[in-house]
Amino acid sequence: MSALDLASAVRSGERSAVDVIDEHLARIDARDGEINAFNLVTADAAREAAAAVDAAVAAGNDPGPLAGVPIAIKDNMCTTGVATTCSSKILEGWEPPYDATVVQRVTAAGAVMVGKTNLDEFAMGSSTENSAFGPTKNPLDTTRVPGGSSGGSAAAVAADFASLSLGSDTGGSIRQPAAFCGLVGMKPTYGAVSRSGLIAFGSSLDQIGPFSKTVAESAALLEVIGGHDPLDSTSIDQPAFDLTSVLDRGVEGMRIGILRELSGGEGGVEGLSTDVIARTNEAAAALEKAGATVVEVSVPSATLGLSAYYLVAPAEASSNLSRFDGVRYGLRVDAPTTGEMMTATRTAGFGPEVKRRIMLGTYALSAGYYDAFYGKALKVRTMMLQEFASVYATVDLLLTPTAPTTAFPLGDRTADPMTMYVNDVCTIPSNLVGHPAISVPFGVGDDGLPVGVQLLGPALSEPTIYQAAAALEAAAPGEGSLS
Amino acid sequence: MEWSGAVSLGAMTQRITRDEVVHVARLARLSLSDAEIDEFTGQLGDILEHAADIEALDVGDVEPTSHPLPMVNVLRPDELRPALDRDLLLSQAPAAEDGQFRVPPILGEEP
Repeated sequence: MSALDLASAVRSGERSAVDVIDEHLARIDARDGEINAFNLVTADAAREAAAAVDAAVAAGNDPGPLAGVPIAIKDNMCTTGVATTCSSKILEGWEPPYDATVVQRVTAAGAVMVGKTNLDEFAMGSSTENSAFGPTKNPLDTTRVPGGSSGGSAAAVAADFASLSLGSDTGGSIRQPAAFCGLVGMKPTYGAVSRSGLIAFGSSLDQIGPFSKTVAESAALLEVIGGHDPLDSTSIDQPAFDLTSVLDRGVEGMRIGILRELSGGEGGVEGLSTDVIARTNEAAAALEKAGATVVEVSVPSATLGLSAYYLVAPAEASSNLSRFDGVRYGLRVDAPTTGEMMTATRTAGFGPEVKRRIMLGTYALSAGYYDAFYGKALKVRTMMLQEFASVYATVDLLLTPTAPTTAFPLGDRTADPMTMYVNDVCTIPSNLVGHPAISVPFGVGDDGLPVGVQLLGPALSEPTIYQAAAALEAAAPGEGSLS
Repeated sequence: MEWSGAVSLGAMTQRITRDEVVHVARLARLSLSDAEIDEFTGQLGDILEHAADIEALDVGDVEPTSHPLPMVNVLRPDELRPALDRDLLLSQAPAAEDGQFRVPPILGEEP
């Protein structure tokens, strides 16, 4: 049952929210030992919140558009009095004193949090293997990764532990796990969803967004979490999107560009597997059949995205993560002086990938290298913005694969950081330019695992993206081997 | 954020050295084992080598973009508002005393 059907059944009193939550908690109980989607299951609080939703319905009050819908929250978003770890030892024992704005908004809409989901430590990774609490497994094939960094949030929805979940996307961390788990995953326009209470990784790139099984549920959740928030100074000063009303408009007359450099075209990024390219071309054909005009377009600087990102994101991370020093929250490793205490705490608290990125970022920002690395990467962002702008003068949206391959085996890419980083090659450009992008399932690969295709649009083009995503979903090959 | 290629381009023709890794770890307040220093020297070198396409790029007088949105100061009226409770915040700290965070000695240690 979709989140929207659940909510309407709960609102009408046809179903009890407590029953809905109990059903999901039972599923978590039965299978999360194997999947490890959750760092923490908040069963008691969830039952209490569900009872409050039922009480509201009984009293004739409307509990909201997501009434009684079980939702999982990535464990890098603050929840009052509920441990928030970023899957890192350095936040051991910390309970935030406030809720992230998105948590407040989903709760106000009647959704019920069932738990906090696993992630690559501080959202740095593409497989959810860099977690201090062990890897999450892909519910569709437990020998495979669920993608990352929001792998726990993706797995929670794919395993029916929750109807919806929230993730964060700095370089693809919502879209790539959505693709790997056969889900819809959306990274909204930078500034369209408040980052207040999201523990920062790359502040100019981070954006919160929804996971769901369908485009309609994704649209409904983004309507709830979007819109201006005075607590985030980068929040765009405009009301939340109206998305659910545009889903049935189709793509007749829409112009969609296949982005050559990210879709297997000549001179583009390498390493895209042939089945993924084939599904992307089939998606293009399906959109054309539905009435869109499909053309091939070029954004040459898209091939520089990976390099620019791995300078910009670590630079911002090294600065953001300097706050974890054993003074104000979480872990402290005692030492005779404050300086030694800070070093001992950070050394014990951070895992290898986080240390690697802090090192890379500190180096990229250090004297003598700033202009050559960070400064130049920022100029690449400008070039990308200009090239995207000129492409969007001729097409409404762009189409690419979401990830180069389907979900890969656990342990397959942990030895060499670069082989992991290339997972994000198709998703990174949208973060660097702050544009929205959605991953929609479209068929399966040669291994029978889901393939995701990505629709990209200019800033604040969410309604157009959802309109096309709904058409793509309608045209996608049947569920087949997936369910 | 002026382009000063002369210094940096010279440096970039070589891979990051072990000594630089040790220096950067000190700046980042991380203590690395000998094995970790070796591992990071290799891995950071590989990652930075991948960034050579950016080094080779002629970006000319392109303005840098540090942020995807045009950023302006966000102001609010200077009015008293409720803030988070001090004791609640301190209760989450590893050590607190007299309404303040408590840390080991700072004075007398090397910077």
